Amino acid sequence: MRTAVSRLELLQPRSLQHALRMLRDEGPLTPLAGATDLYVAVNFGTLDSTRFLNLWGLEPLRRITLCGDTLRIGALATYTSLIRSRLVRQRLPILARAALEVGGVQIQNRGTLGGNVANASPAGDTLPVLAVAEAVVVLRSVDRERRVPFAEFYTGYRQTVRRPDELIVGLEIPPVEGRQWFRKVGTRAAQAISKVVIAAVRGSSPRIALGSVAPTVIRLSQVEHALGAGAGMDEAVHRLDQDIQPIDDLRSTADYRRDVAGNLLQRFWAETGGLSS
Amino acid sequence: MRFTLNAREVELNVAPLARLLDVLREDCGLTGTKEGCGEGECGACTVLVDGEAVCACLVPVAQVEGAEVVTIEGLGDDHPLQRAFMDEVGAQCGICTPGMILTAITLGPRPSLAKIRRGLAGNLCRCTGYEAIYRAIHRAS
Ligand SMILES: Cc1cc2nc3c(=O)[nH]c(=O)nc-3n(C[C@H](O)[C@H](O)[C@H](O)COP(=O)(O)OP(=O)(O)OC[C@H]3O[C@@H](n4cnc5c(N)ncnc54)[C@H](O)[C@@H]3O)c2cc1C
Ligand code: FES
Ligand code: FES
Repeated sequence: MRTAVSRLELLQPRSLQHALRMLRDEGPLTPLAGATDLYVAVNFGTLDSTRFLNLWGLEPLRRITLCGDTLRIGALATYTSLIRSRLVRQRLPILARAALEVGGVQIQNRGTLGGNVANASPAGDTLPVLAVAEAVVVLRSVDRERRVPFAEFYTGYRQTVRRPDELIVGLEIPPVEGRQWFRKVGTRAAQAISKVVIAAVRGSSPRIALGSVAPTVIRLSQVEHALGAGAGMDEAVHRLDQDIQPIDDLRSTADYRRDVAGNLLQRFWAETGGLSS
Repeated sequence: MRFTLNAREVELNVAPLARLLDVLREDCGLTGTKEGCGEGECGACTVLVDGEAVCACLVPVAQVEGAEVVTIEGLGDDHPLQRAFMDEVGAQCGICTPGMILTAITLGPRPSLAKIRRGLAGNLCRCTGYEAIYRAIHRAS
């Protein structure tokens, strides 16, 4: 049954600092951004919290800026703003590409990058992109800010290092060298959660990350190492099989995911070979 | 709370986390906005918030405070898209139609077929089939 919304409480901060104080002094509170994950839970009646903190009005968290060499994306940047951002298209085109394949335009207008990261689904489409970009997750509480490398942010299935008094305020993306590549495989181009999603960079040492094939998004370090050292595709696919732990679920089967992951790896390598950048 | 609804200021006393969809239908009596899935998949509940298409089933009403909301009723009865949907028979049961039209409005002038298809990817129709819907949008633009 749908959650009875009249019994839910919403705190309305006037600024980021105000929001952080509320988290510390009046918690536990569940941050509410674009609500595209949380309101699906309302509909299913599976929401496990009753007190929320409205982030939607915190305008400074929507900014996308360049700071020296680092691309900074505020947690509240929507998919639509990622798609429209010239900075994102220039520096990390695979993030704009991933955003284009999330939901339909209605979801793109509301869903946020911070929400995708915080939601911690292994199928989150931006997560492999952030993994290969070696992004930094910027977390803030009332009295401190900390920067967590993306590879250390997830600790298990839907588990992150974020503490209850912290908000994700943004993502920092260092320059990425090499050719960027992204593919999402789902039942249809729009409005479908990924069966397998891959982001990769073909630079001096390749970087490859996969979603939906393990409890969290993963970097294929063994495969990267092998390919970087000149190994052939057979060897790389063999290593891939050891790196991933796909499961059978509503959307697909483990066997299918293994086959698709292998095919995507081969496709990435073939399509980015011979072209240096 | 206050927001602008179809060019009129409204002030309502509603639960802040009520779905915009329910507030429109039940508190404002505007039943042109439809509910299909209730989970963001079908687009039947599409309305415009500050000119952007959103699923009203996923928007907590507190998040439209001070915003401009447009529903199908806000177009009057004689919008070119409404006429084109009639002329091309772009509707059968009609449940998806308000959402289709409001999403189509955001496509801008003279959208290509590819742009129409992509733009309407979040609007599902179970009866008409998409060809007549795309024709109607093309004709109206
Ligand atoms: C129809 C539909 C299609 C979808 N398609 C896709 C898809 O193709 N690919 C995909 O990856 N996802 C998809 N999603 C899921 C969803 O849209 C994304 O995960 C989105 O990015 C969530 O962002 P949000 O702002 O809506 O998050 P919310 O629902 O507001 O929040 C999600 C979670 O993150 C937490 N949170 C949000 N912001 C912060 C913050 N700044 N700091 C700390 N915690 C925070 C919330 O507390 C909550 O636990 C889809 C959803 C729907 C309904
Ligand atoms: S009812 Fe809102 S998207 Fe289906
Ligand atoms: S006309 Fe019935 S769902 Fe589209």
